[in-house]
Amino acid sequence: MIVVEDIHVTFGRGTPLEKHALRGVDLTIPEGEFVTVIGSNGAGKSTFLGSLAGDVLAEQGRIAIDGTDVTRWDTPRRAGLVARVFQDPMAGSCAALTIEENMALAAARGRRRGLSLALGSDRRKGFRDRIAALGLGLENRLHDRMGLLSGGQRQAVSLLMATLAGSKILLLDEHTAALDPATADFVLDLTRRIVRDNRLTTLMVTHSMRQALDYGDRTLMLHEGRVVLDVAGEERAGLDVPHLLALFARQRGGAEISDDSLLIG
Amino acid sequence: MTEIALFGAIEIGLVYALVAIGVYLSFRILDFPDLTVDGSFPLGAAVCAVLLIAGVNPWLASLAAALAGAAAGLVTATLNVRFKILHLLASILTMIALFSVNLRVMGRPNVALLMQDTVLTPFYGLGIPDHIVRPLVVGVIVAVVVLLLARFLASEFGLAMRATGVNARMARAQGVDTDAHVYAGIALSNGLTGLAGALFAQTNGFADVTTGIGTIVVGLAAVIVGETVLPARALALALVGCVAGSILYRLAVQLALSADAIGLQASDLNLVTAVLVAVALILPRLKAKASRSAPRSTRAAK
Ligand SMILES: Nc1ncnc2c1ncn2[C@@H]1O[C@H](COP(=O)(O)OP(=O)(O)OP(=O)(O)O)[C@@H](O)[C@H]1O
Ligand SMILES: [Mg+2]
Repeated sequence: MIVVEDIHVTFGRGTPLEKHALRGVDLTIPEGEFVTVIGSNGAGKSTFLGSLAGDVLAEQGRIAIDGTDVTRWDTPRRAGLVARVFQDPMAGSCAALTIEENMALAAARGRRRGLSLALGSDRRKGFRDRIAALGLGLENRLHDRMGLLSGGQRQAVSLLMATLAGSKILLLDEHTAALDPATADFVLDLTRRIVRDNRLTTLMVTHSMRQALDYGDRTLMLHEGRVVLDVAGEERAGLDVPHLLALFARQRGGAEISDDSLLIG
Repeated sequence: MTEIALFGAIEIGLVYALVAIGVYLSFRILDFPDLTVDGSFPLGAAVCAVLLIAGVNPWLASLAAALAGAAAGLVTATLNVRFKILHLLASILTMIALFSVNLRVMGRPNVALLMQDTVLTPFYGLGIPDHIVRPLVVGVIVAVVVLLLARFLASEFGLAMRATGVNARMARAQGVDTDAHVYAGIALSNGLTGLAGALFAQTNGFADVTTGIGTIVVGLAAVIVGETVLPARALALALVGCVAGSILYRLAVQLALSADAIGLQASDLNLVTAVLVAVALILPRLKAKASRSAPRSTRAAK
């Protein structure tokens, strides 16, 4: 479970470029929930995910994961609890290392890294089985450098890597945005499968209203650093893309809208 | 080239192979251009020489030299990681400071090792000519270092160090404390360089503050030559490439110097090395340019 209490993040404080990117986000995400996150450019979606992962530390407020206060933990320390897949397929893996080396890195997430072999024969075999389950034929390419894979293959392997260390939270920041539509669909289906099989608590940022409503159990809309829409269950089932778009447009118009008026849709 | 000159070149090549491996660690694996080696090499020589004169066991003295080098590396890493000074500048600061430190350690600009026992002493009496014993002993030490280092880089810790150099953001997201790996890697790199300095002092019989000048360029030259003759993806082979590159580089220098027709003197070494490294750095670009323009010219020919 993730509990976020009134977090604020400001970039470039005290400079002319000061940007108050998160302005009091309050949220509780129960274990196993799959949340989709939408919002216009600069709304603070990436900043929000970054604040959960530890890339940006909240200057105010509190973040707790499974009851542990992690507000002041840095990224490597939180990595034992949180796995991520980035928008840029290049960002989430090491192009110069082999597929199996990348997997070994991910499998040690949250553990002390000692002098034991990173790729013993047992572990190699385990990786082979796991990657074969992707159905991409990559089990014969474990020695290939990650950089040789296509963007879609890299995202698929990155998703798999996110499950290797047994962490229960998955953060996806537009992880299909750099892919062609067919590949994006494949990666999204894989995402759904992996989230279900591993019972992961998931936040997925997307720019597609369709995806936001089709995937997951709950949808958040961020605007100017605040959550302006938070729907789940029947209420969400009743929403359609045009509703969402209308809400979205109103936010962009900058009109002051209360939560009540939003929910009428 | 005489036999003595040949083995001499191999010997010095093997000593600097440790520098090449250190430079490979910092420049290639950590992507951290570190010039500290210009100071940590003579530091290793100085520490070792002073301890030998004080009657310390040669192996212990060599170990101390390696630790001194590692400490110098930690200073550079701290300036960069903790105080955010650009890596190149951080290493230049350490290097300059080490010049004074090395003078302090020795108490004068150079120290001769005449009667002192060295790690080589026990092997001199075995009936093998001295000029062959030296590269043999150094060669065994280098081989042990290569084996240990290859195993280290294949460990979970070593893999995390490689990831730190390739994609620090990803490494942090995978729970790697990238700062700790930079400290460890730069310390290791300069520790190997300090050990090289200690071996230099023991094989040549002196330590001198000025021997450090250009160490980084010689190390880089060896790495580049190694990558050219042994373009290997496997890490263990890349380390062997550093050793081979260092020896080949010394042989080439020796050839150039012994060919009277060219008229080079020993003092031209730095110039020759700098030109060699510059050419090696420029060549890949020219090659890439040539291959890019080649299809166009064939089309034009049709
Ligand atoms: N490191 C940073 N330094 C300064 N400003 C930043 C930084 N990161 C983000 N910002 C600013 O904070 C605001 C929120 O950015 P964020 O990246 O979270 O938006 P986003 O919702 O993810 O947008 P997009 O849909 O374009 O990815 C933007 O105004 C952005 O310019
Ligand atoms: Mg974003």
